[in-house]
Amino acid sequence: MRAPRTVIAAGVIAAMTIGVAGCAESDRDNGEDQSNATGGTFIFAGAGDPKNFDPIFNDDGESFRPIRQMYETLVTHKPGTAELQGGLAESWSNDPTGKIWTFKLRQGVTFHDGTTLDAAAVCANFDRWYNMKGEAAQSQMIYYADVFGGFAGNPDAVYDNCKAPDASTAVVTMKKYKGAFPGAFALTAFSIASPAAMKQHGSDTVTQNGDSFSYSAFANEHPTGTGAFTFGGWNKATGEITLNKNANYWGEKAKVDKVIIKIIKDENTRKQELRAGTVQAIDFPAPADRKALADEGYQVLERPAFNILYLGINQKNNPKLKDLRVRQAIAYALNRAQLVQTKGPGGSVVADQFLPESVLGYAPDVQKYDYSVDKAKQLLSEAGATGLTLNFYYPTEVSRPYMPNPQEIFTVLANDLQAAGIKVNGVPRPWNGGFKDDVQQFGKQDLHILGWTGDYNDPGNFVGTFFGRPKVEFGDDAMADMFTAVGKADATVDQEAKRTAFEQVNRDLAAKWLPAVPIWHAPPAIVTTKEVQGLVPSPLTAEEFDTVSLTK
Amino acid sequence: MVRVVSRRLIQLFVTLIALMTLVFFWLRSLPGGPVDALLGERATPQTREALIRALGYDQPIWVQYGRFLKNVVTGNFGNSIRTGEPVTDVISRAFPATVELALAAILIAVGLGIPLGYLAARHRGRLLDNATIIVTLIGISIPIFFLGYLLKDWLTQDIHFFPPSGRISTGTDNTDVTGFFVLDGLLTREFDASADALWHLVLPAVTLATIPLAIIVRITRASVLDVLDEDYIRTADAKGLRNATIRKRHVLRNGLLPVVTTIGLQTGALLAGAVLTEKVYNWGGLGTLITDSISGSRDYPVLQALILLAAVVFIVVNLVVDLSYAFIDPRVRVQ
Repeated sequence: MRAPRTVIAAGVIAAMTIGVAGCAESDRDNGEDQSNATGGTFIFAGAGDPKNFDPIFNDDGESFRPIRQMYETLVTHKPGTAELQGGLAESWSNDPTGKIWTFKLRQGVTFHDGTTLDAAAVCANFDRWYNMKGEAAQSQMIYYADVFGGFAGNPDAVYDNCKAPDASTAVVTMKKYKGAFPGAFALTAFSIASPAAMKQHGSDTVTQNGDSFSYSAFANEHPTGTGAFTFGGWNKATGEITLNKNANYWGEKAKVDKVIIKIIKDENTRKQELRAGTVQAIDFPAPADRKALADEGYQVLERPAFNILYLGINQKNNPKLKDLRVRQAIAYALNRAQLVQTKGPGGSVVADQFLPESVLGYAPDVQKYDYSVDKAKQLLSEAGATGLTLNFYYPTEVSRPYMPNPQEIFTVLANDLQAAGIKVNGVPRPWNGGFKDDVQQFGKQDLHILGWTGDYNDPGNFVGTFFGRPKVEFGDDAMADMFTAVGKADATVDQEAKRTAFEQVNRDLAAKWLPAVPIWHAPPAIVTTKEVQGLVPSPLTAEEFDTVSLTK
Repeated sequence: MVRVVSRRLIQLFVTLIALMTLVFFWLRSLPGGPVDALLGERATPQTREALIRALGYDQPIWVQYGRFLKNVVTGNFGNSIRTGEPVTDVISRAFPATVELALAAILIAVGLGIPLGYLAARHRGRLLDNATIIVTLIGISIPIFFLGYLLKDWLTQDIHFFPPSGRISTGTDNTDVTGFFVLDGLLTREFDASADALWHLVLPAVTLATIPLAIIVRITRASVLDVLDEDYIRTADAKGLRNATIRKRHVLRNGLLPVVTTIGLQTGALLAGAVLTEKVYNWGGLGTLITDSISGSRDYPVLQALILLAAVVFIVVNLVVDLSYAFIDPRVRVQ
């Protein structure tokens, strides 16, 4: 009989594989021990690819995570809060018109290429943004276009000029007051980059190729800021971004030698990597996993909620929705407390207005809509809207920090509405494959769920974004007085007056206009192993890794 | 032979042009699009318009199609919307990952499948045969997703034996030469990296191999059984030929023909299976690229190139299968 030979061969192959694997295993262990002895490598599992590392051409969290470690902004946030504090500028002030901003720069700060941060370098960055050439490049500067209103030659552009009276003073003059400042100076997109490095590596060259763009060597291979970490490389085949400790950092130097941001898109795989000990922290764990991971001894770091999920109401397609009583009936019909309990990520709270409590202008005394089917039915009947049928759009193929599970949220809300006698036609649409178009471009929906994570601490960034101008999402120019009120509040220079104005806006939004129903504020989380110390979760998801240390 | 190959190449060219046209118009008929993906949630309407102009989406569709054809013919597939890199770079990085995985899976499937099928046939009706039939039935019916998560839960979470995902341990210094991590380690004498990559390859390859393995076992078994019943085997046996000679010259050679066809078909199917396997194991290959390009970003440029690549691979694999017939069975003439 020769047959057993095959079996023997298979056995030998299996034994060899296990042997080789054994080697791999032990090598890996050695590598970890060595790295710990020298300050260690912090491995953080992110959820998506960055686009590139030129701050101004980015607007997404996955790009901003590595960018934040390498670059700094003039103004920044106190760790763990949305409160402003000095960044590259030790202090800042503005004149009574609100147009002239003076920054006193920190001394002794150098960029990663060895050049000095001074007022001329700051002005070079402002001038670069304003004078960016070409529609391709401009179309990718999402935050700049939004906050600064446009570019050189555009009558709506807010920026005027930047002067450097001395090396440590930069004076930025705007053409008009804009409520977004100073908060917006802390946006990662407006990080200060080395003018020398930008020039050397052709930072402004953005060329269109097919349906997308090519970025410069500066954006891809030579990002140069002042941050606590320098760029070590981006291995796209393994999905790893390496950042090295900046030994010349002006402030307290990073505690770990190296940070690796590993991109793992599947949330279940991120969790498994954490459990296997191959990464030390994961972003955006599934809400359902949080408790289990905490029970297993992992640290679940909740970010203070700086977001909002709302049920949008489009008044254009169904005339009944123009009636405030019908919109109020919808608000009463929703059992939001139960939704928060059953579907909300840990730490979620019911929202009564469209901005978190920590933001200026939050009014403690807005009209509340506690769950009441009877009131809902009564209001519908008074408005002659019994038997109302509404098309309810919700997104699929997506998970957002404020909306980890859209399908489940929809199901609960739709059931609540049906219980109050409103017939619901559910319309699922892929996030990028129709939902955003249908809701924000074409306004096909009557109801929809959507939300927002704040960029900086300003009511305009929440309420202004949603209700400061006519939007297809809510039925275009359905409420002219609302736009006027929000616009006025946003244009108020005096901070106390601005607070009062926005508090009133929030009261009116709840009682008079109700263009949407706020649902919840849901804090997203980071989960780390026990050995990770000093990671401060940020409400703006703007964690900085220089404070992280590893213990064993 | 030359005529056959050149005719196939012409077929390939015509198929590709037709496919490109179809894909171009199909993708553009879908709701949503790259503009949304490139802009994110915070763009102003002015930015949106600027982008539409910059990308030429304000021009008639036939102008866009002409530009697309011209680019493709000159080998320019554009840049990925998701990552901003040239599509050729994105694909040439993902391609070796998937080929490495598919090759490992095929090696497992063929290396175990043919001997097991053969053994089962030789022990027809006995315990080994019956067990093989049951196990392969399970193998064919088990969803890849389920099997992948099952293996992962057991072997990476319950007993920390295999790494849960990826192609190599985080932070490993590996030099990229060919994109095949196991091979690269050998070429550059970074044997640790090579072993590490091989270790990462085991679970995904086993997961991906399960279905083709089960199919190959069953086909081999059935085919060998057919041959064993043939008169010429009995004649050879009666003539007193050695068992080994009969097995090698007659049973295996004749029994392998349908198996080769199956292997060819399964190689194509492996690419489809790779979509799920790669998702489960965070394997940065073509499968991951396809899902990323469709679900998140409507990455047209990558999708277009991927569909063309899939067509080329499928047609080439079929050609190789046809040609290999002639080598196995001289009676088959390629025409």
